Amino acid sequence: MSEWIDIAALEDIPQRGARVVKTAEGCVAVFRTASDEVYALDNSCPHKQGPLAEGIVHGASVTCPLHNWVFDLATGEAQGADEGTVATYPARVEAGRVLLDAERLRGRVAA
Amino acid sequence: MTKKLVIIGAGMASGRALEHLLKEDPDWDVTLFNAEPRGNYDRIMLSPVLAGDKSYEDIVIHDSAWYEENGVTCRFGEKVETIDRAAKTVTAANGDVLEYDKLLIGTGSKPFIIPLPGHDLDGVIAYRDLEDTELMMSMTDQNKVVVIGGGLLGLEAAAGMAARGVDVTVVHIMGHLMERQLDEAAGYLLRKALIDKGITVMCSANSKEIVGEDGKVKALMLDDGTELPCDLLVMAVGIRPNVALAEASGIAVGRGIHVDDQMITSDENILAVGECVEHNGAVFGLVAPLYDQAKVVAKTLLGEEATFVQKDLSTKLKVTGCDLFSAGDFAEGEGREDIVFRDPARGVYRRLVLEDNVIVGTVMYGDTADSNWFFGMIKDKTDISDMRETVIFGPAYQGGAPQDPLAAVAALPDDAEICGCNGISKGDIVAAINEGATDLGAIRAETKASGSCGTCTGLVEQVLATTLGDAFVMPTAQPMCGCTDMTHEDVRRMIKSQELKSMAAVMQECGWKTSCGCHVCRPALNYYLLADWPVEYQDDPQSRFINERKHANIQKDGTFSVVPRMWGGITNANELRAIADAADKFDVPTVKVTGGQRIDLLGVKGEDLPAIWKDLNAAGMVSGHAYSKGLRTVKTCVGTDHCRFGTQDSTGLGIKLEKALWGSWTPHKVKLGVSGCPRNCAEATCKDIGIVCVDSGFEIGVGGAAGMDVKEVQAFAKVETEQEVMDVCIAFTQLYREHAKYLDRMYKFIDKFGLEWCQERVIDDLENRKALVDRFELSQSIYRKDPWAEHVEDKAETYQPVANLTLEAAE
Ligand code: SRM
Ligand SMILES: Cc1cc2nc3c(=O)[nH]c(=O)nc-3n(C[C@H](O)[C@H](O)[C@H](O)COP(=O)(O)OP(=O)(O)OC[C@H]3O[C@@H](n4cnc5c(N)ncnc54)[C@H](O)[C@@H]3O)c2cc1C
Ligand code: SF4
Ligand code: FES
Repeated sequence: MSEWIDIAALEDIPQRGARVVKTAEGCVAVFRTASDEVYALDNSCPHKQGPLAEGIVHGASVTCPLHNWVFDLATGEAQGADEGTVATYPARVEAGRVLLDAERLRGRVAA
Repeated sequence: MTKKLVIIGAGMASGRALEHLLKEDPDWDVTLFNAEPRGNYDRIMLSPVLAGDKSYEDIVIHDSAWYEENGVTCRFGEKVETIDRAAKTVTAANGDVLEYDKLLIGTGSKPFIIPLPGHDLDGVIAYRDLEDTELMMSMTDQNKVVVIGGGLLGLEAAAGMAARGVDVTVVHIMGHLMERQLDEAAGYLLRKALIDKGITVMCSANSKEIVGEDGKVKALMLDDGTELPCDLLVMAVGIRPNVALAEASGIAVGRGIHVDDQMITSDENILAVGECVEHNGAVFGLVAPLYDQAKVVAKTLLGEEATFVQKDLSTKLKVTGCDLFSAGDFAEGEGREDIVFRDPARGVYRRLVLEDNVIVGTVMYGDTADSNWFFGMIKDKTDISDMRETVIFGPAYQGGAPQDPLAAVAALPDDAEICGCNGISKGDIVAAINEGATDLGAIRAETKASGSCGTCTGLVEQVLATTLGDAFVMPTAQPMCGCTDMTHEDVRRMIKSQELKSMAAVMQECGWKTSCGCHVCRPALNYYLLADWPVEYQDDPQSRFINERKHANIQKDGTFSVVPRMWGGITNANELRAIADAADKFDVPTVKVTGGQRIDLLGVKGEDLPAIWKDLNAAGMVSGHAYSKGLRTVKTCVGTDHCRFGTQDSTGLGIKLEKALWGSWTPHKVKLGVSGCPRNCAEATCKDIGIVCVDSGFEIGVGGAAGMDVKEVQAFAKVETEQEVMDVCIAFTQLYREHAKYLDRMYKFIDKFGLEWCQERVIDDLENRKALVDRFELSQSIYRKDPWAEHVEDKAETYQPVANLTLEAAE
């Protein structure tokens, strides 16, 4: 059974945008797409640690602000010719609130 | 033995339940209360009544004869006031107390009324029943009506009244209409269709207050101060299950009245059905599930086994007079793929959302003939792997060869019109080709075809291809990005000629292949739209690169650099002190003098940005836009103020130019320099616009740069007064803003359009110069302001993490 923690209201994250959540092991970027899906990924690009939360969100992808690598928000995988994967965390929206999986967040370093 | 059944509410759900019940077992003593002064009618059909296509009589479901035949005691126009569960009685409004063996609650929903000031004025109504409909029907072409809410109900109300000639305005809080059922692209087409019907549509509009006079509604005020006069105001912003009576009786109520799978409430003798119930956490707003509930509730009353099961989320919607359809779940999501098809010429948009080769959702606009086919595939979860390439075109294309667009063009007769703007037929183009025009540019030069609005570019190319055969090579002009086949130039032409004023409009009319673009096209489109429609278009921060979104330069470690403006390179002790204080207070690791005559604070944490700006603002400094595709710096030298060679006040002129141009967005960055004499200490001859002062006036050069390419300016004009310098610089900047490709520096723009072309428009044609200046000023009336101040005011919070779990995780 996963334990969900309430992070914020969906409205706190702009559509086609992201906000970060601070955790003891670094920041997690929480994305909201144009159609109100939410995704949580490490806020650090596998290329040179670019802050993904600052990227441009299009469809269910984000473009890293530093050198334009594009990542699939669902799988965390780099698209096109680039290779690399960002860790993803279960996220969902319930009654207008964004929830993250607490256990997976805590287990970040171990995993 | 006859059992007493009391029903509260004669709506569509309880009506259907009654039909099932009495068909099986007529031996019930039924009393039916309804607050409305009538029995069960087809609420769904109120819109055709409103539009005048049907009368109330046409939509009655149960007339008095039916109630009589079935022995139902009708108490219409009477509300039930209370339920006494212990005594098993209900009390009617007139005080009558009735006993029941079983009680069925079917009180439906209540329209939600936003508690704006003035919401209780006369003439403020919802759209729920015949009374509301009749009030709307009393409006004529002499009346104005405002509808709050751009969802299904609000739009039906608006369309119905517009059909009667009423002047209707729809005010919608979200960015596009019916945002829950449609994506942005379909929402855009719907809006266009409503505008064609004469309806005014305002999206992203926030209502603030309803203004009245003598207790009657007079106008709606928006929070930006806009006042919309109206004789009637319809609020269609949502519904809430009508649970007050049930709640007062003490049965379990959440959002709706709690029922189990048998539709029994927490009291075994009370059942509920319809929009007033909550089942397994869900509430309902469409009749299909209510009819399933009605079947179950009837069976339960009959003592038979039955279970209510919620079906798939798939819904099917139509708005009167608009060809639109949406079904299933079309959100983007894990493992989901989009297939998008747009036919701008016909106004068609189709989108399929696939998951594991199964269609899970679809949105269609303009041509919904195949909607049932797609809906069927959603319901049956058909695997579409082997028709993936063609599935979007519909059933007609399955199993046969897809139609070749070239064959269709080849079959066109010679007199078929290809370019509507210039009246050019296929024959004209073929003639031009036979005379030697073998590419698009030559056709445009020869015939003007596709040279105006550009919508027919594709067709012209197809005529070229069919006429020349293999000799024709499709042009290799670079499309903007993978989302479209169109070039920057084509898109810009379309934005102007078709008056496309939103991103959704561009993507639809230019046949974008993705649903919301990518990081390459969105910043360009955002720029083109705000440059061409400064008043109408709303800047979209989410389509900007991070530097422009947060008004600071991102660094390699994710921190930011902050550069305040120093007008013309002039500063003073107060500003320097404020910069020093800020550097201390925010632990700024590096303070550097830039190559642009100002000071850079490097390594500022993202969270600190609003606070550091606030301090710098307090000292009178504003953003230097060191990050923007916009005006950067105006470098100056000391000029006549101090220098023994200075011929004019180069510093003063530089400051004036910077104050006129700052804040404007441009295709690429723009840098100016003003030197006081030809010794050129401000390096004006390698700036986008450089002014060199001389005894007799000012030499203006354009198209310089000193980045990846080093370019010396080309002589543009020689003028005598500062005012002329200002006008020429502003007009040239505006010419660049209106025509250049996104990310072309000024020198590239001049290379493409020609220096003379620019001079004709800015130097020779004074009237045009003035028009350019006026358009620049109009845009600046919106964009010449300090973004920092605004963000400190309204957005400071968004720079912080949305949550902090460091404590939580440490436990
Ligand atoms: C801070 C500064 C260097 C300095 O320490 O002096 C600077 C820093 C950057 N320059 Fe520059 N340029 C700076 C003056 C210049 C100059 C000199 C000038 O303006 O007189 C030039 C040559 C003149 C010119 O623009 O033609 C210059 C030519 C470039 C170019 C090449 C542009 C081109 O068209 O070829 C780029 C790349 C770009 O813009 O695409 C660039 C881009 C950049 C960026 C924004 C790179 C980026 O995207 O992150 C650098 C940001 C660094 C940072 O982390 O903040 N910078 N850059 C100067 C800021 C000036 C200011 O006050 O705003
Ligand atoms: C304009 C319009 C268009 C619609 N279009 C569609 C559509 O296209 N497709 C679709 O599926 N759905 C549509 N709907 C929704 C659909 O009409 C409702 O889902 C359905 O009517 C709900 O049925 P119900 O029996 O639960 O409630 P209702 O039909 O609302 O009936 C409830 C009745 O209970 C009465 N009542 C309430 N309290 C008391 C009381 N204390 N005492 C006595 N009586 C009381 C009310 O007066 C009301 O008459 C539309 C609705 C509207 C208003
Ligand atoms: S020259 Fe400009 S872009 Fe290159 S490293 Fe220096 S500051 Fe950065
Ligand atoms: S750090 Fe993300 S692309 Fe380089």
